[in-house]
Amino acid sequence: MALYAQPPTSYSDPTTAPIEHRFNPYSDNGGSILAIAGKDFSVIAGDTRQSEGYNIQTRYARKVWQLTDKVVLATNGFSADGNNFVKRVKQRLEWYEHAHHKPMGLKSIARMIQTLLYGKRFFPYYVYNILGGIEEDGSGAVYSFDPVGSYEREACRAAGAAQSLIQPFLDNQVYFKNQQPEPGAAPFVAGNLPLSTILSLVVDSFTSATERHIEVGDGMEIYVVMNKGRTTDDLIGPGILSEGMHVEELGALGEGGGERTFLVTSPLKRD
Amino acid sequence: MNSVLTQIQPAASRLHQEEDEFANSDPAAWGSMGGFGNLARNGAIQGMSIPRVQDPTAFLDMHTDNMSSNPEAKIKIAHGTTTLAFKFKGGVIVAVDSRATAGSYVASGTVKKVIEINKFLLGTMAGGAADCQYWETYLGMQCRLYELRNKERISVAAASKILSNIVYQYKGMGLSMGTMVCGWDKTGPCIFYVDDDGQRLKGDLFSVGSGSTFAYGVLDQGYRWDLTDEEAQELGRRSIVAAGHRDAYSGNTVNLYHVRENGWEFINNYDVNELWYEYEIKKKADREAAAPAASPMAVEA
Repeated sequence: MALYAQPPTSYSDPTTAPIEHRFNPYSDNGGSILAIAGKDFSVIAGDTRQSEGYNIQTRYARKVWQLTDKVVLATNGFSADGNNFVKRVKQRLEWYEHAHHKPMGLKSIARMIQTLLYGKRFFPYYVYNILGGIEEDGSGAVYSFDPVGSYEREACRAAGAAQSLIQPFLDNQVYFKNQQPEPGAAPFVAGNLPLSTILSLVVDSFTSATERHIEVGDGMEIYVVMNKGRTTDDLIGPGILSEGMHVEELGALGEGGGERTFLVTSPLKRD
Repeated sequence: MNSVLTQIQPAASRLHQEEDEFANSDPAAWGSMGGFGNLARNGAIQGMSIPRVQDPTAFLDMHTDNMSSNPEAKIKIAHGTTTLAFKFKGGVIVAVDSRATAGSYVASGTVKKVIEINKFLLGTMAGGAADCQYWETYLGMQCRLYELRNKERISVAAASKILSNIVYQYKGMGLSMGTMVCGWDKTGPCIFYVDDDGQRLKGDLFSVGSGSTFAYGVLDQGYRWDLTDEEAQELGRRSIVAAGHRDAYSGNTVNLYHVRENGWEFINNYDVNELWYEYEIKKKADREAAAPAASPMAVEA
């Protein structure tokens, strides 16, 4: 005779065990990211504040990641999901390099990110991704994703807490939406802004978002990816960046195809 | 539900059940996958994860606005659309808007809602953007395999059935798609409507999405089989503009495609707002032409 009753077999199967009331694995960690493509460069930026509700968890959490010599990924949403997602992307990139003896190209990384995100279609990553870098033809490119993997190539995109503050500003300044050229002046051509203008747009976007959104602030990291052979005179040199900003070149991750990545950092208000 | 779960969860073991001469070969042997491809043979992604809860669908419903029963959910999936397609003597016209909304936020105004499956097949996107994009891209792969195996292009009927069979496998799990598979095969121009509950309908004229009622209004009053190419393209364009004007979830731009015997052609991209004002000016001009301005000699009644 059994002195101890066997526990119901269902207990070993977590899908039928009668324990769970509400499974809520998600949190929103605030912050914002944005990316703008230029003719032969791409700018990918994010703030560094991580918060949960009204509580600031850290003033420095990375949201922008250098994947290859010509590709940078920005993540926003639930940071645990974001970090894990980036880890998986990097692992796949390493495997690819072992198999093919070359780094994965930008548009292939974009498609791979779609399949990685869609693989969790029924248990989504709560992450909004923006991918930026240099395309095979040398042009700057930005790809934006929804949490389950639909994606599109664009010239600029903002995501995260201050998306609704930044995107209209970018539409106006990058796509010239709702602007009329002066009578007699040449019509606007979208997508040909110089690096100096784009950097100012990024800085203004984040300083303004910091003023009006509580989840944005502390600091920002701006990655600039340049096509091979492009001049760096508009980024490096005295008097180009405003006070408090700092720029460093990140060494090549692979063999170095000539593309160069720079990291521009700048403090944001901490209140 | 359980059958679907077992289908996608331990994908590895069920991977090679399909009868196929390549079925038992190692995918690592195929150079393009390099041993690291993650697509299973049924299009599911290997290790497609499902939350460990009693009712995965309820989980998805709670955390996403996917089934629109929870618009306040954190994870907002792109939604809202007007798409249309119709057959006429000159082929098939496909016209769509380009707006994606997440709640009341316009997430994008430049979405490509026509998915170019191959040179002869188009798919339209309504509902979940990722569901349509992913499965119609996958359909493109299957159509290419069909071509290689049978030395013949796939029919629109067969292609749309591949898609409807896939989504039927996932029925009730929260996929959201309303799509028209359009093309030209040996039977001529062809349109099939396929949606997330597995419905598949052949027809001459369809419109799908939140703005479809407005599009149907214009479409039905102007539709004839013997429309000229220009008339047909204009009808498609005008219908999307009407929907973009009256449906808040549709708008921004129109993408227009024309499918003929030798494949589809992208006609153009038009701004809905600009077209609307063009139509208004034309309407005003027509009105003035019909009733010439009252003569200065006329006496008021």
